[in-house]
Amino acid sequence: MAERTIHAPHANPETTAYWAAANERKLLFKRCQACGQAHFYPRALCPFCFSERTEWQESSGQGTVYSFSVMRRAAAPYVLSYVTLAEGPTMMTNLVDCDPDAVRIGQRVRVVFKASDSGQLVPMFTPDRT
Amino acid sequence: MTRSSKAYIVGAYEHPTRKADDKSLAQLHAEVAKGALEDAGLTKDDVDGYFCAGDVAGWDARGAGPFSIIDYMGLSLRYLDTTESWGSAYVVHVAHAMEAIAAGKCKVALITLAGRPRAEGMATGTVAAAESLTAAETQFEHPYAPTVALLYGMCAMRHMHQYGTTSAQLAWIKVAASHHAQHNPHAMLREVVTVEDVLASPMIADPLHRLDCCVISDGGGALVVAAPEVAKSLKRPLVRVVGTGYAPKHQRGGKIDLTYSGAVWSGPAAFAEAGVTPADIKYASIYDSFTITVLMTLEDLGFCAKGDGGKFVADGNLISGVGKLPFNTDGGGLCNNHPSNRGGMTKVIEAVRQLRGEAHPKVQVPNCDLALAHGTGGALGSRHGSATLILERE
Repeated sequence: MAERTIHAPHANPETTAYWAAANERKLLFKRCQACGQAHFYPRALCPFCFSERTEWQESSGQGTVYSFSVMRRAAAPYVLSYVTLAEGPTMMTNLVDCDPDAVRIGQRVRVVFKASDSGQLVPMFTPDRT
Repeated sequence: MTRSSKAYIVGAYEHPTRKADDKSLAQLHAEVAKGALEDAGLTKDDVDGYFCAGDVAGWDARGAGPFSIIDYMGLSLRYLDTTESWGSAYVVHVAHAMEAIAAGKCKVALITLAGRPRAEGMATGTVAAAESLTAAETQFEHPYAPTVALLYGMCAMRHMHQYGTTSAQLAWIKVAASHHAQHNPHAMLREVVTVEDVLASPMIADPLHRLDCCVISDGGGALVVAAPEVAKSLKRPLVRVVGTGYAPKHQRGGKIDLTYSGAVWSGPAAFAEAGVTPADIKYASIYDSFTITVLMTLEDLGFCAKGDGGKFVADGNLISGVGKLPFNTDGGGLCNNHPSNRGGMTKVIEAVRQLRGEAHPKVQVPNCDLALAHGTGGALGSRHGSATLILERE
């Protein structure tokens, strides 16, 4: 099966830490030090209380599939998913290195990192068989 | 009746083309504008307010935006509204036109939509949209190639998981639309299909089959909204705007819940303003980009309880003359057209036809005096705007 080209993300001053961490195979999210809530995608201002005291934290990389769909009209079918991280927030991602027909909502997954067309690593998820 | 009558829809026109190889985008806008004004019995010179969204010719030109199309059409305006809400924009525009008219800002408001994605060979829905360099979420989404069909597919997948909704139930929505489209000579797909046909069509984005997806078409439509004194001077049946609601929904910082749409807010607002309930609605135009869009919207608007949408749409319940809630009697986006990939305009137009008694006789709802039109713009699975309109024949 042909591999899909992953288009590189364009980082900005607000997100350089996230993508630098991804290149070290670490998945970051942000937690607000004012209201205590975690959010994703990461922002400078908390989307819940608007505090500027948002802090980078490293995710365990463990999650569960909230929902998914399989693009069948692509040269290489791929799985788009929302994965709920163990830390709380749900993030958009791809499920990779798996049989699309075997994916199930609620399935345990773990983060893996795949190279985009610029070389920047991008967090994705794969079924957790441990 | 004591309901508000601040503004009336006096003109409605749907372009007959479904593939506009021989027309420019600006031309399509002008043609639908002319058609709606002729339908109303008004002229271009009567228009003093204009409402458009991102589909207008010239929107992408720096410094032009809406001014290009206003120049092209030669409009003289004292009011302009360019609220962009993708497919739901034109439903919002009717509400905004009513408010502008009530505030005395204009008397005759023109709303246009047009597009030619089919002539341009646009791969809609199955290819990720162009990357925005400024939208904050792009870098966290674009690498994953979230096509429109996938974003709706994820909603359907979650709905099935949470409520036991089935592909066969979703298919009934397409079946109902096809029953209506057979009577529309302009519809792209006029063949009546069965649940089995939908399930046998190729999978596009699980669990959505090809026949769960709307058509890609060129064309457009226009509406004219006017002040009461203008409406009453014309010879057309009086269709007044009695309830409006609008709400955007997004990912809520990662607290994602795909089981509902912004209609949970826009619907109650519109029903409260109109002073009616879903049970009072005789006809509903529901944006049908995909079958799941209809099912979730019907639940969110209160036509049935959350999670019961599958049972509600099954067994022909949306077919005019057969079921309890006739919907999209022009064939909707699933069968008729989806100009510019924005379905809100045609939803309002068919609701106006029903209220005037001008729908095709085979699908006309008897004594249709109260109708609802709902638009969903953007993507159900990420960010979208929901707009609800309740219209009444006077």
